Amino acid sequence: MFIKKAVSIKPSEITPKEIYQQRRQFLKTSINTGLGLAATGLLATHTADVFAGYGLKTLKHVKNTKYTVDDDLTEYKDVTTYNNFYEFGTSKSSPAATAHKLNTTPWSIKVEGHVEKPATYHLEDLMNEQTLEERIYRLRCVERWSMVIPWLGFPLSELIKKVKPTSKAKYVEFSTLYRPEEMQGQRRGVLDWPYVEGLRMDEAMNPLAFLAVGLYGEVLPNQNGAPIRLVVPWKYGFKSIKSIVTIRFTEQQPVSSWTRAAPREYGFYSNVNPNVDHPRWSQRRERRIGEFLKRKTLMFNGYADEVAHLYAGMDLKKYF
Amino acid sequence: MRFYKISVFILCLLPISLLLYFFYIDELGANPFETLTRQSGEWSLRFLLLTLAMTPLKVILKQSWPLKFRRMLGVYTFFYASIHLLTYIWFDQFFDWPEIWLDIVKRPFITMGVLSWFILLPLAVTSTKAMKKRSGRYWKKLHQFVYLVGVLVLLHYFMLVKADYWWPVLYAVIFIVLMTFRFKAIQQGISHLFWFKIPLRQE
Repeated sequence: MFIKKAVSIKPSEITPKEIYQQRRQFLKTSINTGLGLAATGLLATHTADVFAGYGLKTLKHVKNTKYTVDDDLTEYKDVTTYNNFYEFGTSKSSPAATAHKLNTTPWSIKVEGHVEKPATYHLEDLMNEQTLEERIYRLRCVERWSMVIPWLGFPLSELIKKVKPTSKAKYVEFSTLYRPEEMQGQRRGVLDWPYVEGLRMDEAMNPLAFLAVGLYGEVLPNQNGAPIRLVVPWKYGFKSIKSIVTIRFTEQQPVSSWTRAAPREYGFYSNVNPNVDHPRWSQRRERRIGEFLKRKTLMFNGYADEVAHLYAGMDLKKYF
Repeated sequence: MRFYKISVFILCLLPISLLLYFFYIDELGANPFETLTRQSGEWSLRFLLLTLAMTPLKVILKQSWPLKFRRMLGVYTFFYASIHLLTYIWFDQFFDWPEIWLDIVKRPFITMGVLSWFILLPLAVTSTKAMKKRSGRYWKKLHQFVYLVGVLVLLHYFMLVKADYWWPVLYAVIFIVLMTFRFKAIQQGISHLFWFKIPLRQE
């Protein structure tokens, strides 16, 4: 796929990875522009497209080369129009259609429970303290589709270290904003609002656990969980809770919204596992968005090296 | 009558034509194969309900013309159900027959769906005039199995939903309302309720 080791090619001759991975987008734009210009006889004046972003505020960041995936990125259009975000309706397309009503400024996060410094933090302040990094992660939905997304954000562990949980804190519980006047999906009781998710403390401290504030170099579109969301790539997508307003450190294992809705189907751990079926469907394969043939689902979504030790000795069929 | 029949015939091809067109121009969203499966499934359910709506329409309008469309709508139900099944066998399982068999045995919602198609199959095969004549008095009995298909596909729908039951509930309510027209007493009561008659203009 990509050139991993420099051979005799000068670095300047290699297409930057982000451009390379966006080649489908680039081709599309070029072809469209090309055809349009050809039709008006102006093809000769057509020069190379300069990629101008997707229209949201760009975020300064560094690339984390450790956390990357060699697969093609899922197109921005697909990442931002095919969403499970029941707060904005239960169809895949409704979040993109209705999430613009959500006002994400100002935004603050309440940190409570077993911590030395319970407080409410302004998102801006939290972000200013962190160096934002870009990480390319696989995302595997429990519904058997997957994407590859370049997130921007910072490790969850950084925030946890800052707020200093006490020895009583065994779990972290996250809640999504509850604001039915702006989140129209919340006007119906499809799930028990607000949406709640949780992690065990060691899972939350794992370097993979990430708080994302952007994707594709820009701030998160609302439908992707703006302004701040969790990304835990070795778990099914619904664990990666969106639009977080509360982080609570608890002694008891939190009850996630999906577990509450269907305890037989959605467990607390919900690790991606091709060997443990959802009661209604097999999890052995998945469709990568943009591809036709299905891929084999990887154990822990391909992150076994990083996280398998967290579950050593646990029966993953029982703790699904 | 011929004009109406041809019009309805063409109209019934509209959903699949639009689906294929949007598929071709890549406007079925990020997961076009899933969209094809969902839409073909939903359209087969809609056609099933349309088919079942012809008898109530006859009762309400006190006209026999709705019955003349029933067979065509029924065959279209089978047509869309077959596309739905094909999308599952192809785009979901890629003709992996052992895996499909496992799915049918292990997953109740797949069982319901596949069973429904296998019940619809003989109904579609015996829908021609010649077959109707040949099967005589068994024909009506056989075709009443469509009610069972209605129950099975609704269960199929309910069992695949994750949390939002709005659409399956709506379709179930429509199904129940349409089924009540099958009772003689209710038919007579409703007949009295509606005073108007809407005949189809004959050519």
